[in-house]
Amino acid sequence: MHEWALAEGILASARKIAEQEHLISVSEVTIRVGALQQVEPPILRFALKQLSEDGLFSHAKFRILKAKSTLKCRVCGTTWNYNSKKIDRATAEAIHFVPEVAHSYIKCPKCGSPDFEIASGRGVWLEDIKGVKNE
Amino acid sequence: MIDPRTSIITERLARIRRIIAVSSGKGGVGKSMVATALALSLAKEGSRVGLFDLDFTGPSTHIILGVSDSLQPKEEKGIVPPTVGGLEYMSLVYYVGDNPAPLRGADVSNVLIELLAVTQWGQLDFLVIDMPPGIGDAVLDLVRLVKRIEFLIVTTPSLLAFEVVKKQVALLCELHMPVVGVIENMKADKSAAIQHETTRLGLKYLGSIDYDAKVELSIGNPEKLLDTAIGKAIGQMPLPRGDKQ
Repeated sequence: MHEWALAEGILASARKIAEQEHLISVSEVTIRVGALQQVEPPILRFALKQLSEDGLFSHAKFRILKAKSTLKCRVCGTTWNYNSKKIDRATAEAIHFVPEVAHSYIKCPKCGSPDFEIASGRGVWLEDIKGVKNE
Repeated sequence: MIDPRTSIITERLARIRRIIAVSSGKGGVGKSMVATALALSLAKEGSRVGLFDLDFTGPSTHIILGVSDSLQPKEEKGIVPPTVGGLEYMSLVYYVGDNPAPLRGADVSNVLIELLAVTQWGQLDFLVIDMPPGIGDAVLDLVRLVKRIEFLIVTTPSLLAFEVVKKQVALLCELHMPVVGVIENMKADKSAAIQHETTRLGLKYLGSIDYDAKVELSIGNPEKLLDTAIGKAIGQMPLPRGDKQ
């Protein structure tokens, strides 16, 4: 499960922030997942729960929000949203593991260029963390 | 908004004893052949070795190793590199196949961070990295993200290659990055010019590799590569070795 590795990264980052903010317990972690990487929230949530049974995150709620992925052609300026349903399963899976390989498979719908920017909704971000401070 | 991937990279690499980036300011000097031969040579001596092709836009180590098109990493709490020729082998080709990967700098950085964050190398004596040419994103990102990295520099006898190598050395010195030494590849005469220049830079000259037409014939066959001038010379050089040596 590739999401496991991403969940470990999320918790490592959240732990750093919690330490900086002097949190003794984390109550909520907000994560945003971009459409390009197609991370499945239930799988990610399962990994996060499994990895945080004890300690700082044991009472944390994991909010996983989805974000559209917007691609912008650097040649003609066309902007479009990534839709995994329009591509075959093997390609979608490759993009799931490494989103930038989209440049090997997807072209601008207007001019056909592979030179586009992943303007938003690439992968996984830690958006917010809430908890109880050590006063 | 925080990118959570960079926080886990140090832990992913924690069980690797030494990380060696085979690098050159100049392209076409034989980095990929040297990196692959180094990895194979260390593995043959009994070390546990990983090979990571970081030349995302121009990968070639999979061709040198003869990696089958159907080979894929295993998905297990991340990505577990398959074993090829005795090496734990990772490359972007698993995900792009024969398609070109037209990546700009920010994309290269993202691929590097993604693969460093999710690849489960496990316990290794050495991770050998085949670097792209130049001193751009890949070098700067590795220096930023992999604190324990050491650079092994490849040049040819050509002044054109060595002048660019000098710039790379200047950068690495400025960044306080350790340089294992310099290998002079594709040597066709007895000139000691590169050896003198390397010593003048304060670096270790690890040795030279004679030009060998057999190298081209070894492509796709790791055993044959070790039997070429590259494989034999690397086996003799004062390079980092495993405990079993």
